[in-house]
Amino acid sequence: MYEPKMELTSEQRDILNGSQGPVMAKIMETVVMFGDIFGAPRLVKVTHHDGHLVTSFGIKLLKPLFSTMDQLIESGIKTKGKFTVDPRPIDYENVKCNPLEKLVFSKIMYAKQAMYEEQLKKVGLKDSNAFSCAAYLPEIGNTPKEGDILSWAESSAVVFANSVLGARCNRNSGMIELFGSILGLVPEFGFITDEGRKAKWKVIIKCKNVPEAQILGSAIGMKVMEDVPYIVGLDKLIGNKLDDKTIGYLKDFGAATASNGAVGLYHIDGLTPEAKKYGEKLILPDAKEYVIDDEEIERVYRSYPIMWKKPEKKGNLVFIGCPHLTFEQLNSWTDRIKEGLKETGRKKVVVRTIITTAPDIKDKFMKTPKYQELMATGVKLTTICPLMYTNNPLTKSRRIYTSSNKLRTYSFARYAKDKEILDFVVGKESK
Amino acid sequence: MKEYKGRVIAGGYYKGEAAVSHQGFNTLASFQKSALKNAKEVLVSDQNNKDLFGVNITGKALCLPITIGSTTGGLVIQTVCQMGIAPACFLFSESIDSLAASGIVLAKIWENSPVIAIDRLGQDFLDNVKTGDTIEVLEDGTVKVGV
Repeated sequence: MYEPKMELTSEQRDILNGSQGPVMAKIMETVVMFGDIFGAPRLVKVTHHDGHLVTSFGIKLLKPLFSTMDQLIESGIKTKGKFTVDPRPIDYENVKCNPLEKLVFSKIMYAKQAMYEEQLKKVGLKDSNAFSCAAYLPEIGNTPKEGDILSWAESSAVVFANSVLGARCNRNSGMIELFGSILGLVPEFGFITDEGRKAKWKVIIKCKNVPEAQILGSAIGMKVMEDVPYIVGLDKLIGNKLDDKTIGYLKDFGAATASNGAVGLYHIDGLTPEAKKYGEKLILPDAKEYVIDDEEIERVYRSYPIMWKKPEKKGNLVFIGCPHLTFEQLNSWTDRIKEGLKETGRKKVVVRTIITTAPDIKDKFMKTPKYQELMATGVKLTTICPLMYTNNPLTKSRRIYTSSNKLRTYSFARYAKDKEILDFVVGKESK
Repeated sequence: MKEYKGRVIAGGYYKGEAAVSHQGFNTLASFQKSALKNAKEVLVSDQNNKDLFGVNITGKALCLPITIGSTTGGLVIQTVCQMGIAPACFLFSESIDSLAASGIVLAKIWENSPVIAIDRLGQDFLDNVKTGDTIEVLEDGTVKVGV
């Protein structure tokens, strides 16, 4: 029997000792042992009960996940609130696959998808539209308020919730986030505490123009790894209001800090809630400095390895929207593609182009005239996770371009800036 | 031979070969290709990891600062432990990060894995240990390099 180092209430200790059955005891033991590693003095209540899970895919090899879910269901265990989850892996209608790819996806890789979605429903899935990495956006509605304590995973969602919404959540792993949502409790350490939200880095932005969000995030993530950066100078470029455009920028920026590094919280001077409240008081006295100018952005961009088998050839597939696009981004991409095609005198994009967004945002977009305009360009709109698509070894032969640094990191896709992607898809530039 | 003392996260005895990542070890990017193929060994598939890309780390002492990347990280560590293709030990120069800690705890409690994890070994450890060095890990968190 595990002897906790943290202080537990008598009820929590009883659960650990089996009062609610052996599975709940194991769940409590896992969360307590995890917290003990970080010196958490106690467990604190989750105040935003709607969880977010990172594992949305019924990939066969995740046997520990399926077996744990079975144990939860057999024991009648559910999460305290409803939860959202990362995007689904497959959409054959909008992300066409050849018969061999379909075979690999449906019969080998994601053969457990239907079974896993049933498991998710039984444990507390919100609804059939709950599959998005950006479930914190208003259309999906899993939006915590400032100061809320969460039990979430998905690196891009955690960093957004902490930084932009001012909620409090550690970089939980898959399974730990589920266990916290079941118990309604998380260990008190790291980003849950005031001290854990202080910055160990001061990042000074000296760019002349707005840096590409995904490259800036990548540069900072690779430099500070898991530390908290306090970023000055960026508000002069992107403004000091959390409007729709800025939210899209910060979503992409944060996803890159979290995937190219391990950032779970950033502060942007004059923009994000805690930076607005406390300013540079959030920076620890011995903080290190990192200056980013246009040259540094370009150096980082040029440093990305190209993993295509034939890098001299042109790209033949483009993915836009990892993390899922906001409604504003979806409209903006539609306008830019339409305008670009007008300039090149074309009606359709010159390369297979797939845009990804959340199911609820897609539904909302489909009710607007812009949806038909986007469809007329030949672009496909889907709600899958592009990473799940690139996990298929058969897709290795595709020469994928993406403006997502997260997708680049986890796949053979090649990164290109938004403008380069746009020029390529409308036939302005041959990539 | 150099000796270091760290904090025991999951104890055990090990003697074998080191595989060293001087940069943050991206768990998902490193394990995903081998795990997806149901391979018997892990060849690190993280294109950004100049130290370990393509290196076999199964059964070895993985020496690293911390893990980085996707929050599937802990579940991925649990899964490779369950599959029997994980490194035998995770030796962290810094304090263990939340994702790696989750993975070790999940592997110990839910898979009864013998995986070893020691953290806070210090930068000097990471500066001195080289891929291929023989490493001995003792129950009390002592790590001997070049035995």
